[in-house]
Amino acid sequence: MIIKDTKNRTENHLLLGIDIGSTTAKIVLIDSGEIIYSKYERHFSQVRQKTLSMIKEIEDLLKGRSFTVSVSGSAGLGMANAAKLNFVQEVYSTAECVRCLAPDTDAVIELGGEDAKIIFFTGGLDERMNGSCAGGTGAFIDQMATLLNLSNEEMDKESLNYKQIYPIASRCGVFAKTDVQPLINQGATKADIAASIYQAVVNQTIAGLAQGRKIEGNIMFLGGPLYYCKGLRERFVKTLKLDDNHAIFPEYALFAVAIGAALYSADSEELDYTELAHKLEESLKTKEKISSMPALFEDKNEYQAFIERHAKDNVKTEFLGNYKGNAFLGIDCGSTTTKLVVITENNEIIYSYYSSNKGNPVEIVKEQLLKIYHEFSKDINICGAAVTGYGEELIKTAFHIDFGIVETMAHYTAAKFFNNNVDFILDIGGQDIKCFKVHNNSIDSIMLNEACSSGCGSFIETFAKSMGYTVEEFARQGLFSTAPVNLGTRCTVFMNSSVKQAQKDGATVQDISAGLSLSVVKNAIYKVIRATSIEELGKNIVVQGGTFMNDAVLRCFEKEIGRDVTRPNIAGLMGAYGAALYAKNHQLSRSSLLTKEEVQNLVHESKSIVCKGCTNNCRLTVNIFNGNERLISGNQCEKGAGIKIKDEDKLPNLYEYKRNLLSSYKSKGGKYKIGLPLSLGMYELYPLWHTIFSNLGFDVICSGFSTRKIYTKGQFSIPSDTVCYPAKIMHGHIETLLEQDVDAIFYPCLSYNINEEQGDNYYNCPVVAYYSELLSGNMDSLKKTKFLYPYLNINSESNLSKELYECLSKKFDGIALKDIKRSVKLGFEEYSAHMNRIYKEGARAIKFAREHKKRIMILSGRPYHIDPEICHGIDKLATSLGFVVVSEDSISNNIEVPILSVLNQWTYHSRLYAAAEYASKHSDTQLVQLVSFGCGVDAITTDEVRELLEKTGKLYTQIKIDEITNLGAVKIRLRSLIGALEERGQ
Amino acid sequence: MTTKSAYVKFTKEMKKDYTILVPTMLPIHFKMISDVLSTYGYKVEFLENIDGNIKESGLKYVHNDTCYPALLVIGQFINAINSGRYDKNKVALMITQTGGGCRASNYIYLLRKALKKSGYGHIPVISLNFGNMEDHPGFKLTLPMIYRMMYCAMYGDLLMLLSNQCRPYEKHEGETDNAVRKWTDYLIEEMRQIKNIKYSHIKENYKKILDDFAKILGNTKRNKVKVGVVGEIYVKFSPLGNNNLEQFLLSEDTEPVVPGFLGFCLYSVYNGIADYNLYGTRKLYAKGSKLIYKYLIKKQLDIRNIMIKDYPQFMPMEDFDHTRNLIKGYIGIGAKMGEGWLLTAEMLELIEDGVKNIVCTQPFGCLPNHIVGKGMMKPIKENHPGVNIVAIDYDPGATQINQENRIKLMLSNAKAENEKTEVNA
Repeated sequence: MIIKDTKNRTENHLLLGIDIGSTTAKIVLIDSGEIIYSKYERHFSQVRQKTLSMIKEIEDLLKGRSFTVSVSGSAGLGMANAAKLNFVQEVYSTAECVRCLAPDTDAVIELGGEDAKIIFFTGGLDERMNGSCAGGTGAFIDQMATLLNLSNEEMDKESLNYKQIYPIASRCGVFAKTDVQPLINQGATKADIAASIYQAVVNQTIAGLAQGRKIEGNIMFLGGPLYYCKGLRERFVKTLKLDDNHAIFPEYALFAVAIGAALYSADSEELDYTELAHKLEESLKTKEKISSMPALFEDKNEYQAFIERHAKDNVKTEFLGNYKGNAFLGIDCGSTTTKLVVITENNEIIYSYYSSNKGNPVEIVKEQLLKIYHEFSKDINICGAAVTGYGEELIKTAFHIDFGIVETMAHYTAAKFFNNNVDFILDIGGQDIKCFKVHNNSIDSIMLNEACSSGCGSFIETFAKSMGYTVEEFARQGLFSTAPVNLGTRCTVFMNSSVKQAQKDGATVQDISAGLSLSVVKNAIYKVIRATSIEELGKNIVVQGGTFMNDAVLRCFEKEIGRDVTRPNIAGLMGAYGAALYAKNHQLSRSSLLTKEEVQNLVHESKSIVCKGCTNNCRLTVNIFNGNERLISGNQCEKGAGIKIKDEDKLPNLYEYKRNLLSSYKSKGGKYKIGLPLSLGMYELYPLWHTIFSNLGFDVICSGFSTRKIYTKGQFSIPSDTVCYPAKIMHGHIETLLEQDVDAIFYPCLSYNINEEQGDNYYNCPVVAYYSELLSGNMDSLKKTKFLYPYLNINSESNLSKELYECLSKKFDGIALKDIKRSVKLGFEEYSAHMNRIYKEGARAIKFAREHKKRIMILSGRPYHIDPEICHGIDKLATSLGFVVVSEDSISNNIEVPILSVLNQWTYHSRLYAAAEYASKHSDTQLVQLVSFGCGVDAITTDEVRELLEKTGKLYTQIKIDEITNLGAVKIRLRSLIGALEERGQ
Repeated sequence: MTTKSAYVKFTKEMKKDYTILVPTMLPIHFKMISDVLSTYGYKVEFLENIDGNIKESGLKYVHNDTCYPALLVIGQFINAINSGRYDKNKVALMITQTGGGCRASNYIYLLRKALKKSGYGHIPVISLNFGNMEDHPGFKLTLPMIYRMMYCAMYGDLLMLLSNQCRPYEKHEGETDNAVRKWTDYLIEEMRQIKNIKYSHIKENYKKILDDFAKILGNTKRNKVKVGVVGEIYVKFSPLGNNNLEQFLLSEDTEPVVPGFLGFCLYSVYNGIADYNLYGTRKLYAKGSKLIYKYLIKKQLDIRNIMIKDYPQFMPMEDFDHTRNLIKGYIGIGAKMGEGWLLTAEMLELIEDGVKNIVCTQPFGCLPNHIVGKGMMKPIKENHPGVNIVAIDYDPGATQINQENRIKLMLSNAKAENEKTEVNA
């Protein structure tokens, strides 16, 4: 291939470009404008060695000639510095390459191992890279492929046969993963999941990087993933609506950065092969300063003692002889793995199984049951079976299992067996961290990792694979690291880049492996448990979960807390073991488990449909067994499952009540159409604004409740990726209003909220207060209308009237101050009547619950959390589990404000604190706090609310919500809560 | 209604022999400002050295999703207490408090929570604020103290401004830093000695400082690529917060331009005026604010005018009233949480001064910054083609390489542009 360079850099020159990305190394050699050599290899984090060996391979081509060289790439900087070679930033390199090779390109999309980039050439050069939280791309696809148990090639092939695309959160890899997992468990086809994953990558790239700038013209696609994955290409081409002439996939897609680096090298000093090899060898010697930690073991003796201590742990050894008699089956169908045990009357394990569920748990369990029937059929009589975990319902229905129990109960049952005094259980699995404290023989406090910090077991696994090791081997490497790297404790994305930095600095695989183990442990202790002292954890700690089978992780944990812990030798099977014990304790005379023949004949099909029950349009997966038995999953309420509830049996639900109240405001029509976007603060003050504008003669148009579709409409103009979902969805509401040709859109800036005199101040949070400023600056479509966002004082009728008059009279004819004054007065009357309706219904709900002996849940969030898309139907889920649901604002009016150790500065949060105070004083009332991901304010409130509740021994439950549509994890939390309450006899 | 639990007060007895610790934020300013307290009988120590792993301690005692500055400030305090340098029963902490709608108003409470958690619940925390937010019998911020602190802030801004303009061009390595050190030490000592401050003397000092730095710069043309730094106040100024951003920019052969601390003070004062104008609240407070605002502006302009008149080789100190007015058409004056409209204004001010490359620093998840930083980039870039702004998030998990890589990208383009203009010129 010939490169025509307008700057004559290539003529009679030999140019070498080296591009070291996060996972791969690429080199290109250009001789008088012709690419005479190129190579692409994974470097397995041996950055410097790999570069040296790649250069040695082309000794023949370089020997005896002088040439110039540049290094580029995210992992190339350290090497370039150490070897004293010229460094060029990689996006800059790409741009230069494209300018020379395809000057008519309008924009470039480049996906790398961990970076995503867009370069716009036409209309002003603009180069963009993903922010630090925007998740990996190549690495993310790798991780997803592992999850689906496919190679990258297989996943790509599968994706081409997709039938439908599922919505998968496109913000960051970790979030997407929590969406993918349930799809796997629900039995969605691999083809559909694979294509949906690619679509998520596409959405993420477009939403996160283009940020409102249109991608059009000749679009070039570069980088490994886009070179190899046809399915991903297809998603991009379809989404951007490109034809063959405008979607360019060049043959040099992998080498664009290296070519650009080579071109830029022309200005640097010439050198020869010996000099270059020498420089690279020198770079191997210099080890840059790495933040490292002490080794896991001081010497061999310490290691030996550790091994012996855990080997003789008070753990039941596995049964080896022949067993005849009653047996009990326990299954833990987890998010990534399926575990299964059969135990005897004496609690001994006669059969166990632990494996990745390979995307289809039903098949796995079927296979295992047949194996069990085959091996033991004459000798054992299965008298009871229980299942727990993500796939509980699916497996229970498929195989007619006797009991389905919530995970936390299963784990507690098992842990108690190993240590009767257990007071703290930490379980780190493939996808999640669970931990709970035990107090008075019941579960006292449950903590689960939030979607954002799930740097758990599967993360180590993916890393091990990417470095060319098995998990076991990788763990062994870590045990003997002399200087474990400090990798930080945030989410996987951050860890990925920490690893990148460590690689850059020359850390060994051993150090990285030990560092990852430490990160997992610290993540659990400081991020999930949020412990400040060991005493807080407990005296009898049982650790379990597959991840603790990794000795490096176990050691790190003991070292970090400075205390020995119990790790059962069946640490990875505890859920299944607990389930089996549960089945045994319930002493059935006969199990309803399918017989051998029935298992053999079991036929399982699954298909996806869209629920038409309401406007939520949940995507449902229908599992059909033997052509007649059905299990529906993915539904957010009973309608999806095909259940009808009579009105009088319906439990009060303040969320629904409030939604109905808002829906009841109808427009009376008018001369001008004014649009009110229904998110953020509009949820609180809608009755006020609706009444004011209606009385001023406006036709009030509301954007309505959010849907996924509304979100997608405005997704392209969101400038800050990490802001909360209720803010991001605002963009879609604006677009929705614009579609209805409104004359104006109104969302005022309110530094101050309504003063309910329950706090030290009455602010709005900065996002609620000023989001209009952002909308105005970033949504070009708003130029089509009048966007009104005056700064208003809503605590004074007269000031508000004046301010509104100033704003409105300039924009509309015939607005008189006296009309405004009258409307504002009516507005406040309506707002106050509206709040009174809510208080009244809150009181009725509580009375109803007490009369009917129902549990009360204060689902405590912000006014905008009642939005069906934002809270994902959690309110309905709660009522389906038997809770009467009240909102924080329906009960906060009559409560004496508690003494707080923080500043009570925001109105919405004052209500939250009041609600917590109420819950702390009533044994039949539980508080569940909804927290939007990215809500900085809740970093302060959550700890305070927890303290308020725990002061009187109440359980604190927090649910983080985002774009995620999966309710599985929420359900486990709420069921665990119920389980814990039942244990306590409440 | 106040619903806060009681806090440990700084009593009159404590004033005698307690050491008050002050966190690193603005290394030059805070050192001088905190020393004013020692003139009035307080024993103060400005935390310059970094004990142990501050991030780790922060993560341990503060909710991990809290902003990075809170994590660092609290981590630094706890590590200092643990260092053994101070008698744990004779130490107090001081932290600034603004009281606005940003969660930063809660830092002091988070600090107290962290102290309680780490077993130091008895240690008093003094709130440094200008609005009588808390009552500490042993600590009173008097007018003469504030007066002196104001001049320290002026000196601090001037020293920072000049050192940033000299350091990239100094002929002997370290001479700029030496000058900064010499002057801070000198001014601290002078503040301690002088009974009555004369403004004429202060102005003479300005000139002497300017002369000194002019010598360092000599005849060198300040022609390196200029990179502006704006952002959340802590990560903008504190090397601890921004991974030594200024050092990095210097190593990349650029000249960092960092708008001063006075801007933040003026912004805070102006918000009192804006609240009255917008909502008709707190008329008296607004009147007072207006007086202070005018007074401070005048002081700032005095420095600016000296610089414009006699020191054309330097980019002069800003005219804040002008800066404030730049936001028209971008953001409302009512956006007052965190850095609020100031952040937008500073970006516009930099662009007007010909600084076309801007690093916008923010703690990860900073709420006001979604709007006043990232949210304003599109309109600013549209109206000023050729301007590069890069938003960099700082948090305990973010790596330097990621941050630097993004800044490097911006600089690659900036340098190419700079070369082009040099060739054309």
